[in-house]
Amino acid sequence: MLKIRHLKKTFPSPDGKTQTIVDIPDFELNSGQQVAIQGQSGCGKTTFLNLISGILQADQPINTPGPPPQIVLDGTDIAKLSEQQRDQFRGNSIGYIFQTFNLLPAYTVLENVLLGMHFSDIVDTELAETMLTEVGLAERLNYRPSQLSVGQQQRVAVVRALAKKPNLVLADEPTGNLDSEQAHTALRLIRQICRQQNAALLLVSHDRDLLDQFDDCLLFSDINCA
Amino acid sequence: MYNSRRKINLFLMIRRAIQQHALSSIITAISVALGCGLVLAVWLIKIQSYQAFTGGAIGFDAVLGARGSQLQLVLNTVFHLETSAGNIPWSLYKQIENDPRVRAAVPYALGDNYYGYRIVGTSTQLFTHVDSLLIRNGRLFKENAPEAVVGHLVAKKMGLTVGAQIHPYHGLNFDLNAKHDQTYNIVGILEPSNTPADRVIWIPIESVFRVEGHVLRGSGEIYRAESGQVIPDKHKEVSAVMLKLSSPQVGFFLDQMINKQGTVATIAWPIGKVMANLFDKIGWMNRVMEMVAYLVMVVAGFAILAAIYNTINERQREFAIMRALGASRKLVFSVILFEAGTIALIGSFIGYLIYGLIFVVTTNIIQHRVGVVLDPLNLEGQGLIIVLILPVATTMIGLLAGLVPAFKAYQTDVATNLIPRN
Repeated sequence: MLKIRHLKKTFPSPDGKTQTIVDIPDFELNSGQQVAIQGQSGCGKTTFLNLISGILQADQPINTPGPPPQIVLDGTDIAKLSEQQRDQFRGNSIGYIFQTFNLLPAYTVLENVLLGMHFSDIVDTELAETMLTEVGLAERLNYRPSQLSVGQQQRVAVVRALAKKPNLVLADEPTGNLDSEQAHTALRLIRQICRQQNAALLLVSHDRDLLDQFDDCLLFSDINCA
Repeated sequence: MYNSRRKINLFLMIRRAIQQHALSSIITAISVALGCGLVLAVWLIKIQSYQAFTGGAIGFDAVLGARGSQLQLVLNTVFHLETSAGNIPWSLYKQIENDPRVRAAVPYALGDNYYGYRIVGTSTQLFTHVDSLLIRNGRLFKENAPEAVVGHLVAKKMGLTVGAQIHPYHGLNFDLNAKHDQTYNIVGILEPSNTPADRVIWIPIESVFRVEGHVLRGSGEIYRAESGQVIPDKHKEVSAVMLKLSSPQVGFFLDQMINKQGTVATIAWPIGKVMANLFDKIGWMNRVMEMVAYLVMVVAGFAILAAIYNTINERQREFAIMRALGASRKLVFSVILFEAGTIALIGSFIGYLIYGLIFVVTTNIIQHRVGVVLDPLNLEGQGLIIVLILPVATTMIGLLAGLVPAFKAYQTDVATNLIPRN
């Protein structure tokens, strides 16, 4: 379902040289599979997710010698898409859950979810309302994010990422801002909805407790050669 | 349940963006409104003033008066401003009145005021020839009686009603010490005509000759009218004669005969052209005012640019989130661009209110100074085009102003800005 080959990303370092942050020769994720990746802060986990989602563009051989990168998700090679095509593809096929939730403060709870769906083929207000109801936010549809608790905000972020029924869900430290109990609840919710929708889940975190709950748990350093 | 029909679209995105920065959006819209209001007011007051002063309901084609400036003659007799250039003999009035090419000749005799409002001696013919002078209460004065018919504005301002008595004050400017003993009985109040006539008290011309202290020099010698005695025509004189001509050719002929070949009198014909010449002479002032108004619009455009540009830095995370959700750079660009356009459009609509306020204040001043009433809703021709084009032009200015911040938003780096800065 997701096949990654020769994925590299370098950034200019302050001393003028380039620094390779991500160098992943081979990585695969099957449909519906839930994989957790552990790594220290600053090791390149977020960059890895940004490359998969197309927010960042992988280094092409013209910049760095070697075979061309491949990020193939359900037959589409994201590495070969233009920025506009990547935006469109991300909006349609990838759900992204952030550590800081990244809800838009001016939009209501429901509008935040609808905004996530707006860039996909699925724009279904009823589905958004149903999912928000299922996570206990039926009475908060009209609220602004600032009027919600941290746990509630995280639930909105989860629904926003999953309401468009993506094939792949990327979660970047999704429970980093929650206390232990809320973190476990949120993780259960993410995994449960992903299972219901048969969406693959790729979660990165440095939280050992969280990662222990996954059958498939990898160290980022094991897949990243940088 | 929530309104299920709620959809995310560009309109909602713009609305939310404006709501999020409501205060700065409102202030910016108001600055745009001030510009729009000023542009509308300058243009429409200019257009309407021109129309009112050059083609209003004057009721006459020409004015005959003492040798001097045509403009002074028109201002003095039509707009009841300025001083009189002098008088002409009664014989000249009778001569032109009897000219078969002249349809009507109505004499004016000035010299007194009532608390600054002019008292004009005339004949009742005036009210038959000027359609806008209609009696609301009472009746017309009798030709030889000490009676007065009062213009609407004077009656309203001075609280005059039918049956009241007034004392005239000597001269065209009010002087408390220049009170005449003579009294006039008010026998009629006029309907509002929205012309300078609203600021005038009309009395029989004969009574002007008989006011104590007035002297007549029609024969070249000083003559004082005495009570009960008939005033010989040779002593009488008038300030001006309002004329209705049978054809424009007559005006041309009289202009040649009186202005170019004569030395005694002046004829102002056509009245509208005399005023149009005045407007042409002060046209530079209009252009200065237009320039100021346009400058305010440009400043308003920069205000939009600055207001939105200043919010872009703090909104870059918002753009990054939208991009991460799948929004294209073009969409982010469009949201900012149309946000600027929307603020400008809202500003232009508020501008109509500002225009209304400016117009009401200005119209009041003009009405009290000159008596001419301008109507803010009297829009036709050029005025209507300006009113209709303004929101479009303002939105275009807003869109132009939005280009710079929109481009900055377009350039937002998603990966960098997804992380909170604090």
